[in-house]
Amino acid sequence: MSEVIDAIAVAGKAALGFQAIFFVLLAVGINVQFGYTGLLNFGQIAFAMLGGFGIAISVTKWGLDFWVGVAVGLLAAIVLALLLGLPTLRLRADYLAIVTIAAAEGLRLLFRSVSATPLTNGTRGISAFNGDFLALAPWTTNARYRILGTSWSGGELWVAVVGWLLVTLSCLLIWALMRSPWGRVVRSIREDEDAVRALGKNVYVYKMQALVLGGIIGALGGMVYAVGTGSAIPDQYQNANTFLAYAALILGGAARVLGPVLGGMILLFILQFADAILRALIENGVIPEGLLTSTDVAQIRFVLVGLGLMLLLVFRPQGIFGDRREVMLDAR
Amino acid sequence: MIVPGIAQAEGEQLVGTLQTSRSGPIEGVEITVTTASGQEVDSVETDEQGRWEVDLPGPGEYVVSIEADDLPEGVVLSGEDSRTVTVEEGRRQAAIIGLNDGSREGGGGTVRAVQLLVDGIRFGLLIAMCAVGLSLIFGTTGLTNFAHGELVTIGAVAAWYINVQGGVPLIVAALIAMLVGAAVGALNELALWRPLRRRGTGLIAALVVSIGLSLMLRYLIQLVYGGRSNAYQDVGGGRAVDYGLFRMTGADLASVVISIVVLILVALMLQRTKIGKAMRAVSDNRDLAASSGIDVNRVILVVWMMGGALAALGGVLLGLSDQVQWDMGFRLLLLMFAGVTLGGLGTAYGALLGSLVVGVFVQMSTLVIPNDVKYVGGLLLLIVILVIRPQGILGSRVRVG
Repeated sequence: MSEVIDAIAVAGKAALGFQAIFFVLLAVGINVQFGYTGLLNFGQIAFAMLGGFGIAISVTKWGLDFWVGVAVGLLAAIVLALLLGLPTLRLRADYLAIVTIAAAEGLRLLFRSVSATPLTNGTRGISAFNGDFLALAPWTTNARYRILGTSWSGGELWVAVVGWLLVTLSCLLIWALMRSPWGRVVRSIREDEDAVRALGKNVYVYKMQALVLGGIIGALGGMVYAVGTGSAIPDQYQNANTFLAYAALILGGAARVLGPVLGGMILLFILQFADAILRALIENGVIPEGLLTSTDVAQIRFVLVGLGLMLLLVFRPQGIFGDRREVMLDAR
Repeated sequence: MIVPGIAQAEGEQLVGTLQTSRSGPIEGVEITVTTASGQEVDSVETDEQGRWEVDLPGPGEYVVSIEADDLPEGVVLSGEDSRTVTVEEGRRQAAIIGLNDGSREGGGGTVRAVQLLVDGIRFGLLIAMCAVGLSLIFGTTGLTNFAHGELVTIGAVAAWYINVQGGVPLIVAALIAMLVGAAVGALNELALWRPLRRRGTGLIAALVVSIGLSLMLRYLIQLVYGGRSNAYQDVGGGRAVDYGLFRMTGADLASVVISIVVLILVALMLQRTKIGKAMRAVSDNRDLAASSGIDVNRVILVVWMMGGALAALGGVLLGLSDQVQWDMGFRLLLLMFAGVTLGGLGTAYGALLGSLVVGVFVQMSTLVIPNDVKYVGGLLLLIVILVIRPQGILGSRVRVG
């Protein structure tokens, strides 16, 4: 029984920690693009990578201030969104999907390659760039604090506080935007692009704005993650993470302001809980070693996410909090 | 940590493979591993696959040195005879020792370009074989199947199990793998996509479903097969043969011949047979095909089975040249998409042509860019093509919204 309580505590921490914020911000960004505008950005992780590496490279390689690094990361994300959007947003939806997933994988390969090593340290990645940020914490970042049976370091706590602040701000922004005329236009684009065009709106520009906005929020997520782990390693930014964020968004409910936030927290809770329980069962010998070892657990959660994503899309595309009428998407 | 894990072996290990394109795997070379302070950990010889591995007492810095005198004639070290490697906890760390067999420099730029062109054609044919199914599935059902890469991996892995664990010759194993691929393709259609079409699931929803399927299958494969890369057994033809302007191993030559024969057969089938004509008809206009008496669902099932079998064969050929890995299909998927988009989404011949261009482009690009970023070049090509000619080389303009 104590294992179950431990697992709940661990999972609860995961649902509030910086990993959850990372996925929530990725999903909030995807919500703008996919949920509201109907754009299939499958390369969200690339925006996060540019955010994280924007800080890491600026601080360690160029000797810039931490906050300049944040600006560099955001700028890089905007440039990427423009580069991806320019050729594809005029085309059918699945072209953007293919190009974004290709760009994300390509950028990761580029960042981990030998030729990029002077800038990114290749596969080993960059560390020690978050000092300036941690120094701003109002409490000691080295000490550990116990909150509801979980142990947090001061640094983790500070990253989480700032991260949730970012989540709140971006949700407020999206809430306000979606009530504005801009929000009505992008939602109409999702429903019927031609009708919007017939009304004299420049669909291309609106799509581009949505792509850039979602990309910026994704980059913020990458920054939270990089600052939280204290390192930026290209292989942290595998594209499976994009799909985890999609799973979070669809679980919570697309085209809802709080859908991705709750979805992200629930997803991380489930994943971490399943992880802890599986490990405990294997350690206690309930699941025999021959069937599953503790090193297999990391793969199982991706299997579960894949299966969950399929089942959700087939049986409950609106997720937990969504509205079915808002998610009846079709490709054009 | 939610970062996708690399399968970890028990304890720390250093591993490596000694091979060059001309000599094939190099056997019997002594490799010595010492700690950073100079204490010897172990000394091993490479096996007939050119591979070696050393168990380590723990994480830390190690020095790997190679006995240069053991190398066969014509192969020299391209750098130092030792290198320092940092091994992290629980990692199976690869130590790469640069070897040079002269194929990279001798003869100047034009010969290297010819060599890369030939390699590119081989790679392009391989992509084409995997991509024909992807394109036909898109053409007949409108589905952008992100799980197509897993069909490739399943073929390669199935053949590996039959070949290495079952001790069956690779050719037989490849044929069985094709049957497995066709069965998996049929299962895809019957168990998932046909019911979804009946429910009227939208194309974007279907696309996300295929991503979920891809994720699930990919990590299931890693769970079963593990994170290592393995080669096929008793293949033969490991040594490169000189054809004047270029060199090619027997296995690579077989790969080219098989691809060409299979692709010609596919083209003949599409052009001459009844089912092939039906496929093109459904691809072109589904409703019209249905109203002229074609059983659309049967045609789609055949497309899935054919696509699965071809992808499986492509996987075996890819495993032959690059070893079998759990995510090999997913990495190839992006190049397949590049090829299919380049040729024109939904057209079978476009997929052929586009894939060939992508394969050649990716290999030839290493003339100017480093080898480890060559895939990036292929993906850039995709983006450039979309700007210039979004409907692809053979696509018609109406397909684009």
